[in-house]
Amino acid sequence: MRTPQAPHSAARPRINVRDSFSDRWRTLPAWGRWVGYLLMLLAALSLPNIPGLGDIMTPGSSWERVLVYPIAIYVLLGLGLNVVVGYAGILDLGFVAFFAIGAYTNAILGTEFGLGFWITLPIAIALSMLAGLALGSPTLRLRGDYLAIVTLGFGEIIRVTATNLEFTGGPRGINNIPRPPSVPGVDALTFSVLNSKAYYYLTVAFIVVVIIMLKRLEASRVGRSWAAIREDEDAAEQMGVPTLTFKLWAFTVGAGIGGTAGVIYASFQTAIRPTDFLFILSATILAAVVLGGAGHIPGVILGAFLVGWLPEVSREFSQYRVLVFGGILVLMMVLRPQGLWPSRIRAAEMSEGEGGMGKFGGEAGAVLAQPEGKP
Amino acid sequence: MSAERLLTLDAVTMRFGGLTAVDSLNLHVDAGEILGLIGPNGAGKTTVFNMITGVYTPTEGTIMFGETRLNGLRPHRATRAGLARTFQNIRLFDNMTALDNVIVATHARHRSSVVGAILGLPRFRAEERQGRERAMELLEFVGIADRSGMAARFLSYGDQRRLEIARALGTSPRLLLLDEPAAGMNPSEKAGLMDLIRGIRDSGVTILLIEHDMGLVMGVSDRIAVVDFGVKIADGSPRDVRADPAVIKAYLGEVSDAS
Repeated sequence: MRTPQAPHSAARPRINVRDSFSDRWRTLPAWGRWVGYLLMLLAALSLPNIPGLGDIMTPGSSWERVLVYPIAIYVLLGLGLNVVVGYAGILDLGFVAFFAIGAYTNAILGTEFGLGFWITLPIAIALSMLAGLALGSPTLRLRGDYLAIVTLGFGEIIRVTATNLEFTGGPRGINNIPRPPSVPGVDALTFSVLNSKAYYYLTVAFIVVVIIMLKRLEASRVGRSWAAIREDEDAAEQMGVPTLTFKLWAFTVGAGIGGTAGVIYASFQTAIRPTDFLFILSATILAAVVLGGAGHIPGVILGAFLVGWLPEVSREFSQYRVLVFGGILVLMMVLRPQGLWPSRIRAAEMSEGEGGMGKFGGEAGAVLAQPEGKP
Repeated sequence: MSAERLLTLDAVTMRFGGLTAVDSLNLHVDAGEILGLIGPNGAGKTTVFNMITGVYTPTEGTIMFGETRLNGLRPHRATRAGLARTFQNIRLFDNMTALDNVIVATHARHRSSVVGAILGLPRFRAEERQGRERAMELLEFVGIADRSGMAARFLSYGDQRRLEIARALGTSPRLLLLDEPAAGMNPSEKAGLMDLIRGIRDSGVTILLIEHDMGLVMGVSDRIAVVDFGVKIADGSPRDVRADPAVIKAYLGEVSDAS
């Protein structure tokens, strides 16, 4: 197992193009990278504005709406789940719970108390993070199968609770959730049924903020501790990493991002129901993270985009849609198990046979292969 | 002996179900010495390490580290109290670079967390810089600085052993526990390791060493404790221990007194 290997050969199977790209990216001067980031942001912002693009991408539905939900919101959810699964290597099968908590907080505070979007947002984030803390502190002592089952249960509990409580509107959910306040006179920031672009720009803004935060975390004590926990939790603990604390942080940060996505979602749809928060959504976001490349922000964005967009294309196949989507997922898993665009360290972990997710890789694969068969 | 008692094990017993792995063991390590802990396979040496570093909580007895009681302390707390260890079967963070492996350990002395990192607070920046510099120094010290950017798994076996030591030192310990550091090393690597262990002691770190290689452990230790079946059977200078009949019996079996 420990036989010395030829330096830098075995770890990089068939990923040379990407590597030369990321090598070049890394050696760019700081201003060059900033120009690169700016171009990417401009490209993202122009997506709803390119004439004719919508007809190609989503012939059967509104490209602008699809860009907001599922695509942009999936990206946000994917980035949140990536902190848990990708960075800390914890398998979370109930991530949709935090999405639901954010959405319901916004809905209840908005309709019952008349609070605006920007006041609701921090409250919803705080509540989601608290929920992450509450779920994490007893359960993160567990590992592997047990943790996966508990998180799965938590996701279901939140949904079932919302279905059965009076103030969450029961199975009919909550309607007339207020939209975010528009900026008067600015068309791009006027939030209405007819203007999905405003929501798209808003979500992109949140995505940018989240990416900046995550990049900073990656290159810090926190990110290194997460990586160490993922690689060898016991060794990390013995090297002075308070593993439980940092696993809780991963859970809490991920939950906060999930809650943010929920707030935007509720304001975008203006109506939410418990069936918006089924297990299939947790599985889909997990698919986005694993397929894109767990632990790697560009990979996760790509994965979330594909997982959000592909069902819209395969809409043509009407009732076979989920089947086709599932087939594509299985194909990608077979052909590129390390994800479409993994980080270098993850690619190495994959080739080591740990599934790129510490000990949980195999379990995640098993979960992903299964729920797509559901109607 | 006026030396400061750094680590004291007082009548420490560890039972796993019906198996008594360590039986009321008394052991102490003085500040500044190199104590060799030897014994046949399965004698309970690694169990002793695991109790000291917080992996196991002793069934009976107390472990004191200076003024700190170590019983039941979680491993990362024990590390912060000033203990560090290496592993018998190397357990590096394989896919992280050698440098990052050591930086993770330096964070044991750091306090900034999520908020500090996101906001880029001054303390966070200072700690990052300090950690990086310290880690580089340590790689230099163990002699693998030129391989700092390599993933740990690509290092040669001997270098991985050295990286384990550098990583343990990254936590700034007062006591370093080495669990068979020479296992699998060739003679020249062993000689280098002896120099390294002495160098660490000279830098002010006390050392508790488990080792099977008698040449190495006799050559480098100031004092040697021998355990067999969880019981300490000898404790003294290398010369005394080597001549101790109980030790010879433990290693070679019963000897008839032919002289």
